[in-house]
Amino acid sequence: MSKSQERLGQTRFGQLASAYGLPRLIITAFLILLFILAPFSGADFATQISNVIARFSWNAVLVLAMVPMVHSGCGLNFGLQLGILAGLLGSTLSIELGLSGGACFFMAILIATPFAILFGGGYGLLLNRIKGGEMMVATYVGFSSVSFMCMMWLFLPYSNPTIVMAYTGVGLKQTFSLENFYANVLADFLKIDLSSFGINLIIPTGSILFFALLAFLMWAFLHTKTGTAMTAVGSNPTFARASGINIDRSRTLSVILSTWLGAVGILVYQQGFGFLQAYNAPLNMALPAVSAILIGGASVNKASISNVIIGTFLFQGLVTMTPTVMNSMLNVGDMSEVIRVIVSQGMILYALTRKTEGSK
Amino acid sequence: MKKNHVVEFLRNNMVPIMFIIICAICIYLSGFSWSYLLNQVVTRMGRNIFLILSLLIPIMAGMGLNFGMTLGAMAGEIALILVADWQIWGIPGVVLAMLLSIPLSVLLGLMCGKLMNMAKGREMITGYILNYFMGGLYLLVVLYMMGPIIPIKHTSIRLPRGFGVRTTTDLSNMRQCLDNQWALTIGGVKIPLLTFAIIGLLCLFIVWFRKTKLGQDMRAVGQDMEVARDAGIKVERTRIISIIMSTVFAGFGMIIYLQNIGNFPTYTAHTQIGMFCIAALLVGGASVEKASIGNVFLGVILFHTMFIVAPKAGQNLTASPQIGEYFRVFVSYGIITIALVMYEAKKRRTRSGAGALLAQAQQAEKKGGETA
Repeated sequence: MSKSQERLGQTRFGQLASAYGLPRLIITAFLILLFILAPFSGADFATQISNVIARFSWNAVLVLAMVPMVHSGCGLNFGLQLGILAGLLGSTLSIELGLSGGACFFMAILIATPFAILFGGGYGLLLNRIKGGEMMVATYVGFSSVSFMCMMWLFLPYSNPTIVMAYTGVGLKQTFSLENFYANVLADFLKIDLSSFGINLIIPTGSILFFALLAFLMWAFLHTKTGTAMTAVGSNPTFARASGINIDRSRTLSVILSTWLGAVGILVYQQGFGFLQAYNAPLNMALPAVSAILIGGASVNKASISNVIIGTFLFQGLVTMTPTVMNSMLNVGDMSEVIRVIVSQGMILYALTRKTEGSK
Repeated sequence: MKKNHVVEFLRNNMVPIMFIIICAICIYLSGFSWSYLLNQVVTRMGRNIFLILSLLIPIMAGMGLNFGMTLGAMAGEIALILVADWQIWGIPGVVLAMLLSIPLSVLLGLMCGKLMNMAKGREMITGYILNYFMGGLYLLVVLYMMGPIIPIKHTSIRLPRGFGVRTTTDLSNMRQCLDNQWALTIGGVKIPLLTFAIIGLLCLFIVWFRKTKLGQDMRAVGQDMEVARDAGIKVERTRIISIIMSTVFAGFGMIIYLQNIGNFPTYTAHTQIGMFCIAALLVGGASVEKASIGNVFLGVILFHTMFIVAPKAGQNLTASPQIGEYFRVFVSYGIITIALVMYEAKKRRTRSGAGALLAQAQQAEKKGGETA
């Protein structure tokens, strides 16, 4: 009797684990443990929460950019850098025009849009020719475009003295502050700041609202006719073709959307972070976004908005909490980087080796 | 007819030809002397060829470019750190490091092969991500386990805090010990004969291996997994063996590479090695499914010539040394991108071609049935 009960319990646990995903379960448990340990390590709990929320607001849109391509069956967007480059072009040109504040931010989105459509369109056409092998090619498309733009940042005739290299006056700076342009324009909108009450809790409401708006639009789009067609292409291409959907067009559209969200994502990231990083900085920005959505429970061919929210929260929670908690508890130097790498890459590896239903 | 041949030749060797042109222009712009250039290229051949040869066997087994070769490089690095800590220098040190790297490489290769069997059709991206993952574990070992768990005694290797390995591992007592043995200097160009002899041995081994039963099995698996399985070949096992061999050779290659340089950044030495080796192989005219020893040699010569001359050429052209730096990285990434796109497009074409053939056959059958 007790044995059968035990087995029942095991299967129930097994069911829970398989529904929620064992790695996600482990990561959630680890994060909860970190939150419990945080007060003992001497870190201020409210500050920790603020940090996690702030980093969530920087990164959420970049993670959201994964959704359309997963839906249309193009796999995880390892070539997110293309979108990021479009965003960088938008922001630098907007600054070059001499704008500042919110106008600069929205002008940057406006300028980035045609670049995102152009890059995403070309990228989409390329991916249509190599169906089934998207992810590896996407990785290297991302890398080669970043290194190509490295040369362009040197050559493009920027002239605004705050963003070009001080010494020669030619070429963009590696990193520069956005203090005078659009740092925190979203975050300061309706900001909740409890520090005057003695609690170090700051919530960047504007950034979160902006993400919520984009996420809602994404959700709504996926329920329109075009969006449903896109999902059909991803889940069952044969069926989609039979019902008269233009597969290549759906896929290209999803890639353009993904690239555009990447462009907006990097702009949101910059306004939160406060700095613009050019040259090699975008090189490794795709992998954290990929692992975040996977931690959120997405797979190579299935992703939802809730995966984005949960995943970004868990991933950023891990990134912000581990250094403070681990370092003060274990006193072995900065172990957080190692843990971050192992967890995030392990998650991608897990997703890639998992047998997915309906995979081609 | 003859013109057709020329066009065909040009099309098949587009990448190397393009590279010869790029290199020629860059050499002209850089203004380096021929003896300097030759010296550099020969040094880099000795340094890199062994590593790149390790990529050939998985390509034969149809597993694509083995991005997981980095695992072997990590095994080699760990072996070198241990040998350096024991203060065993010179050729005995190199040999001991190679022996030590074997069990590590086999273990890592076994894991890599198993994972790749779980992700058939996605081997390359899996290997690529596995690099990063194992890179994290490698850091864990090197920074935290070396000291408390794996004894590291020597203060020139250990971090001052008492555990972990220093940022740079110094191998100056081992520097070029293989290369200087039997070195031959002809007209100011140093030729490391022993290193080349080792490379030659590996080449011979690969040529011989292709003819063995296992080698033939690998080629069969590479051609078509299902057919190979029907023919009684243990597909999974064969694939794992090919990855293990590649990893072990990559470990040896990394040790040869590092003894030539004489020190290495402990935490990051392996991060770019896979990318540069793969790029060099592709520059030599290899593709994702076909690569020969000739491709390796040609690739190393062309790729590293570009590596040497591009920064200087860029500096002379635009007065900015950075531009050449960016250019060579761009070319490395670009060449891999092109090779991958060509491979995937071809794979898809043959698949749809097979589908069209099948449809045609079915139609013909149907027609035959109707007339009958």
